[in-house]
Amino acid sequence: MTNAATTTADTPLISARGISKQFAAIEVLRDVDLDLGRGEIHALLGENGAGKSTFAKILAGVHRPSRGSLALNGTPVEVTSPIVAQKLGITLIHQEPISFPDLSVAENLVLGRTGGSPLGRVPWARITRDANQLMNLLGIRIDVTRPMRGLSIADQQMVEIARALASDSRLIIMDEPTAPLTPNEVETLFGIARRLRDEGRTIVFITHRLEEVRALCDRVTIFRDGSKIATEEIGKLSDADIIRLMIGRPLKEYMHKTRAAIGEVALKVEGLTLPGVFSDISFEVRKGEIVGLGGLVGAGRTDVARALFGVAPATSGTVTINGKAEVITEPSQAIALGLAFVPEDRAVAGIFRTLSVEENITAAVPGQIAPGGMIKRALERTLAQDSVRKLRIRLASLRQPIGELSGGNQQKAILARWLLTDPSVLILDEPTRGIDIGVKAEFYDMIGELAAAGRAILLISSELPELLALCDRVLVMSEGRLTANLSRAEATQESVMRAAVPQTRETIAA
Amino acid sequence: MSAIETQPAVQDAAPARPRWQVLLVRPETMTFVLLVLGIFAGGLLSPFFLDINYILKSFTLYAEFAIVALVLTMVIIGGEIDLSPAANMALSACIFAWLQQAGVPIPVAVLIGLASGLVMGTINGLMVIGLQLPSIIVTIGTLTLYRGLAQIIAGDKSIRVPEWFIGVDRIMVAGIPLPVVIFIALAIGLGVVLGGTIFGRQIYQIGTNEVAARHAGIRSARIKFGLFLLVGIVASIAGIMTASRLGSVRYDLGLGGELQMVLMAMLGGTYIFGGRGTILGTFLAAWLLVIVSTGMIVANVLPAVQLVVLGSLLIVSIIATNFIYSRTQR
Ligand SMILES: Nc1ncnc2c1ncn2[C@@H]1O[C@H](COP(=O)(O)OP(=O)(O)OP(=O)(O)O)[C@@H](O)[C@H]1O
Ligand SMILES: [Mg+2]
Repeated sequence: MTNAATTTADTPLISARGISKQFAAIEVLRDVDLDLGRGEIHALLGENGAGKSTFAKILAGVHRPSRGSLALNGTPVEVTSPIVAQKLGITLIHQEPISFPDLSVAENLVLGRTGGSPLGRVPWARITRDANQLMNLLGIRIDVTRPMRGLSIADQQMVEIARALASDSRLIIMDEPTAPLTPNEVETLFGIARRLRDEGRTIVFITHRLEEVRALCDRVTIFRDGSKIATEEIGKLSDADIIRLMIGRPLKEYMHKTRAAIGEVALKVEGLTLPGVFSDISFEVRKGEIVGLGGLVGAGRTDVARALFGVAPATSGTVTINGKAEVITEPSQAIALGLAFVPEDRAVAGIFRTLSVEENITAAVPGQIAPGGMIKRALERTLAQDSVRKLRIRLASLRQPIGELSGGNQQKAILARWLLTDPSVLILDEPTRGIDIGVKAEFYDMIGELAAAGRAILLISSELPELLALCDRVLVMSEGRLTANLSRAEATQESVMRAAVPQTRETIAA
Repeated sequence: MSAIETQPAVQDAAPARPRWQVLLVRPETMTFVLLVLGIFAGGLLSPFFLDINYILKSFTLYAEFAIVALVLTMVIIGGEIDLSPAANMALSACIFAWLQQAGVPIPVAVLIGLASGLVMGTINGLMVIGLQLPSIIVTIGTLTLYRGLAQIIAGDKSIRVPEWFIGVDRIMVAGIPLPVVIFIALAIGLGVVLGGTIFGRQIYQIGTNEVAARHAGIRSARIKFGLFLLVGIVASIAGIMTASRLGSVRYDLGLGGELQMVLMAMLGGTYIFGGRGTILGTFLAAWLLVIVSTGMIVANVLPAVQLVVLGSLLIVSIIATNFIYSRTQR
């Protein structure tokens, strides 16, 4: 089947020429030329909305380019659909994992590739065995017969990665695969990626974390505003170079907390318990204080946040807000009490995909846009416009469905929604997931300002540097229990990690 | 500072989608086009069709279903469905007719008929929201239940209503039959609610992503329950209107009406899985349905063929809207 005529060792695996993409009248990719060699890990970098995902989707047949051509091993190809891409050996791991929540993990893994005839028997035993093997390889301990629904996003992401690996592709594109993962899982993923590279496969790796690019990638390509700015070997660029190429200006210093005056207790939690999920959680957050909540994925941090906000209430324990004991059983009630919660999984719990950006931004503040019950469009527009400016959300129009924004810009819109509620207690669950470096810096500033203005902030994050730099105190959870409450001075990489690792494993290691 | 530093982060100036595309993907557009075509074709078939009074009179035959379809549209946008309103119409009408025959004064009988509609809405709401059962199953169940109860109350005979109570459809308001006036007024009212208020907007948000809606503090259970109640009460109003138009009530009043209602909502571009649709769409679709049905009757089309035409119409309009919609997405 080889179209051998021109294939030599240095013909690139994929070469893209003059790739452009227009949505409606807007050009989001402009004349991108890119060669991907065999056996390389190639990073795509760029601000939110720069066009990374769009380029990835064009390679994988999800979108058709408006102009330009692709060649595989020197032979021109038309990647007209994801199925064609699959046949050509191109797999995309989407930025937003798309799976079938009611099917089991194993079924999701083999989706579309069960083999055999349409009416033949499905070889369940083999599928389960293969799935288990794959999961072991990835170092994930999930029962492959359980349904996808209810898996943490990190686990969903790992399943998504496993699915790509199972397909035996020669080009694997990973769109921000590490965003929901913790350091351990990231290491596992890197190990796998390196092995794939050594087998001669090509990996395209999209991320916002420069340290990951340094640790893993051979070359980087930088996008800005839909154009390719540069392709270089990673060794030849300093971090400052990369940032300058990405955002067109040097990045200002960030990640230092402006010390705020710390006031009375705004949120006090005592003995919060949800059997089987978390137990006996007690802590407090004061006005002006940023309290971090660290731990491994699955430690129960998100569950505590969901309980506080009334999404899945705890069964026992007390919650005191601004000095009054409250029993919160509904998010609407939590909001009325001045709480806000930026959820971890924006696709499921955040966005209204097909509704307009402005409607998404103002969803939690009906009172502000409809003082008399009728929506005042002008008010709504102003509020949304201000948020868009403040958070630098990149969009074509406020009336555009939010699903058309890039992942990072969707995240910013959800942040904007909650900032509009002007909360006294702000719970952030992995708020910077998928946000680019420039905006991250501004976001940290904003959190600092909120704290300075007397807000109490609970920040759940798997990014240690973020926790250590921003927080006045760091709480750590492990297996549903609070294992540490560290002051700013005590909180270090080591102390947090030590508390995060489950006891059992530690004793084995000891 | 370099020149690139000033690049705008927000592309305010970027051109929006072309206007024709925005218009084309509006779900009602296809309905409107079909409506114009329908009137045109009808006009060719029979000169009656260009007589507005004839069309209005034909509309009264469908007005009760059309009224309920308006509310049903909101339920579907909210991500649920109610298939019981036609049976609800029959049961409320039977309760009303039976009571007045037993000597209860008419106004009291009407009130009890309406109250029973509310009770039926409550039962649906409790099962769907309280017990978290799928609304399609629940309302297929209650559709059978309500129709069965109607038959128990009325038996197989028809119950007459007094002479003076007969003929809502013959009352004229500014030359328009009262049921049509009610339909238009309700469409305007619900159109404003759905398109211009927070309540309306939250219905779309719930239908688009209920989990996200709850996280944003939207009381989805309460809103959905309210919608089931609204369908219940409006269906009973429609039932009693039907009793007045027909002059007598039987248990099979409005039989099969739920399909007509769903057809109107879907022809109007309401997305069966929630999140998309408008009152305007259903409003236009109701007229379309009347025009096409009467047109075929005038043209002596066999009833079986009429069904085929209606079904095809629905499929064509759904395919067309979805096709246009997905084209703009790629
Ligand atoms: N289906 C679509 N319709 C209209 N515009 C779109 C669509 N998909 C993407 N865009 C626009 O294309 C631009 C590039 O988006 P893309 O998702 O490629 O960005 P990205 O570089 O992956 O950003 P992020 O880091 O935030 O994920 C954005 O401005 C986005 O709004
Ligand atoms: Mg992206």
